[in-house]
Amino acid sequence: MTISIDPQKTNNESLQPKGWLRYFSFSLDHKVIGIQYLVCGFLFYLIGGTLASAIRIELASPMSDFMPRDVYNQVLTLHGTIMIFLWIVPVVNGAFGNYLIPFYVGARDMAFPRLNAVAFWLIPPSGLMLVASYFVEGAAQAGWTAYPPLSITTPQSGQIIWIMSVLLLGGSSIFGGINFIATIIKLRRPGLKLMQLPMYCWAMLGTSILVVLSTPVLAGTLILLSFDIIANTGFFNPVLGGNVVVYQHLFWFYSHPAVYIMVLPAFGLVSEILPVHARKPLFGYTTMVFSIMGIVVLGLVVWAHHMFTSGTPPWMRLFFTIATAFIAVPTGIKFFNWVATLWGGKISINSAMLFSCGFIINFVFGGITGVALAQVPFDIHVHDTYFVVAHFHYIVYGGTVFIIFSSIYHWFPKVTGKMLNEKLGILHFIITFIGFNLCFAPQHWLGLNGMPRRVAEYDPQFQFVNQISSLGALLMAISTIPFLINIFLSMRNGQVSGDNPWKALTPEWLTSSPPPVENWEGEAPLVEEPYGYGKQFSEQK
Amino acid sequence: MTTINSSKEIQKNNSEVNEKHDDFRMFGLITFLIADGMTFAGFFAAYLTYKAVNPLPDGAIYELELPIPTLNTILLLVSSATFHKAGKALLKDKNPDAQKWLFCTAFLGIIFLICQLFEYFHLPFGLTDNLFASTFYALTGFHGLHVTLGTLMILIIAWQSRINGGRVTSQNMFPLEAVELYWHFVDGIWVILFIILYLL
Ligand code: HEM
Ligand SMILES: [Cu+2]
Repeated sequence: MTISIDPQKTNNESLQPKGWLRYFSFSLDHKVIGIQYLVCGFLFYLIGGTLASAIRIELASPMSDFMPRDVYNQVLTLHGTIMIFLWIVPVVNGAFGNYLIPFYVGARDMAFPRLNAVAFWLIPPSGLMLVASYFVEGAAQAGWTAYPPLSITTPQSGQIIWIMSVLLLGGSSIFGGINFIATIIKLRRPGLKLMQLPMYCWAMLGTSILVVLSTPVLAGTLILLSFDIIANTGFFNPVLGGNVVVYQHLFWFYSHPAVYIMVLPAFGLVSEILPVHARKPLFGYTTMVFSIMGIVVLGLVVWAHHMFTSGTPPWMRLFFTIATAFIAVPTGIKFFNWVATLWGGKISINSAMLFSCGFIINFVFGGITGVALAQVPFDIHVHDTYFVVAHFHYIVYGGTVFIIFSSIYHWFPKVTGKMLNEKLGILHFIITFIGFNLCFAPQHWLGLNGMPRRVAEYDPQFQFVNQISSLGALLMAISTIPFLINIFLSMRNGQVSGDNPWKALTPEWLTSSPPPVENWEGEAPLVEEPYGYGKQFSEQK
Repeated sequence: MTTINSSKEIQKNNSEVNEKHDDFRMFGLITFLIADGMTFAGFFAAYLTYKAVNPLPDGAIYELELPIPTLNTILLLVSSATFHKAGKALLKDKNPDAQKWLFCTAFLGIIFLICQLFEYFHLPFGLTDNLFASTFYALTGFHGLHVTLGTLMILIIAWQSRINGGRVTSQNMFPLEAVELYWHFVDGIWVILFIILYLL
């Protein structure tokens, strides 16, 4: 007796290639697409990481000639764009979302499998296009924000390719968002209430709302920008009567929510991982749900805190300072709930747990500097300095990337049926954690003392601290080696994990590892309480 | 803890879910239209900001002529009604009637586009003349693109609703309903655009 909650699966699975080949095919299976997102994103992460190393080599000495100045700008722009649009956003949404959400709602696939495949297959070509522009015509060099008039006056072909690429990636992410919303709201297994969903579903629902509401605005803005470049209109060109601040408003209307698009799914993932490895229910489920929705609402109204130095009138500064400070409330709730989840739990120290705890620590740091940055006088002091660079890397790297690794350690047994090697995993964590903090903590100091960002040359007094930072970056680069070795070795001859190695209660673990194509043999289990660990213990006693 | 419902209940609920399944395609479409609406919202916001903070130099202010856009507004509103008629007819299995109403709608859409082009050719300003001109063409052009796509889809639906071998029937209303919703949406955007651009 099978229950099928996937009315649209029309492709004949028996015609699909079997084994590894299916990961290279146009599959409609959400699990395959999820892994495709992950691997594709990771390849771009390696490219973006190489570029980051190049930047840090250049910055290791005040006047280095490692790259010409315009190449530095191109590398910086590529690094930022790749990391955001081709690594963090696709992986933390697309990869884990696709893999987990159908399990969590008890479905056999996403609501729109074909749209899902389209969303994924937009990414590799547009990413390659972006990278290729570097070799063909000279890549964009106006930074990942592409502020005009800079983006209008720098060489144009690279900038146009950059815009095209980001537009396609934006489309991909909108399609993904629509799919997630429909899957979570409409495709839930009969009997499963919204308030029984695992936290990651809520996080993805919030994220997808942000994606659907804000990404189109970026798309429209970039279309206008491309008109300015190609057709010589003057939307954002002050020389032609345009207004650059309008660009900034529209851009940040997307790009501030984008930080939540990058970090909310990570919140969701960590909320799945902590209870399992601490053997305790997630603390404060309801407050967690409401804080996610609070973050979504507030996240949409704080964009102008990026524009305090753009001639923003005082009333606006006041409003956006207060609204930004308010986001600390739901975020703080989440933080305390995670700590309370750990409190008194039977914590197992494994790689997944270590990366999650690393996330909590780094995220607190990034969050606190974020609240500081929302204060106008302080922001004016450190605007466009390395303080900002340190702040956002604490969020995106120390936050999201740590959780991506944590999730890989957590769900690898599910995907492959093999365990990862814990020793290599812990080694990976230690090098990453030290390297990360060595790289970015000193940049707070650099920023406070006035080293500007986006420059290839700097005052010699900053040399020593920059070298520490570069050393940290080197460690981070090294840290991928044990990780990759671990993945390859474990996939070949890792210890067999069994279906549910962590004894977890969320639905994806209640099927075999790796899961069958149809997700479940027979009916989808109804998990009314995904975090019922405490109960289980009291029943055992 | 994990509980598994009795399979009978699941089957019952499940068939209900499957019957409602067109619903969630509609739901997906609505989500998409919200996204699309946000693109317009961004454009509108830009236009209004320009109007408020970047006043044009004297002598560069153009009065837009009202007759054509007013006619266009009426055309689109009427076309929404004819589309609705088409849906009604199809539901009663009167495919030829449905086709007639659909062609009618597509025809109105084409007239709209022709009027818009006519207006473009007779406007005293071009795309790059000034900020207002650029925004004007960006907004109306983007909307015109939507109308073009909609008209094409209507023609496809009309072809698909022919009696023998057509795939859009009273059993398969979704394509028609989806395009109809899209068309009403494009209509609604035009009304807002008309008010903001021509009347304000
Ligand atoms: C692998 C470790 C990483 C290192 C060593 C690194 C290093 C750097 C450096 C040195 C800069 C230049 C800062 C400036 O001059 O403004 C930079 C910029 C940037 N990085 Fe990273 N980064 C890393 C990972 C990431 C990740 C994972 C993201 C994900 C979102 C990211 C996003 C950005 C962005 C958005 C910029 C700004 C680019 C711009 O201003 O156009 N980075 N990074
Ligand atoms: Cu922000």
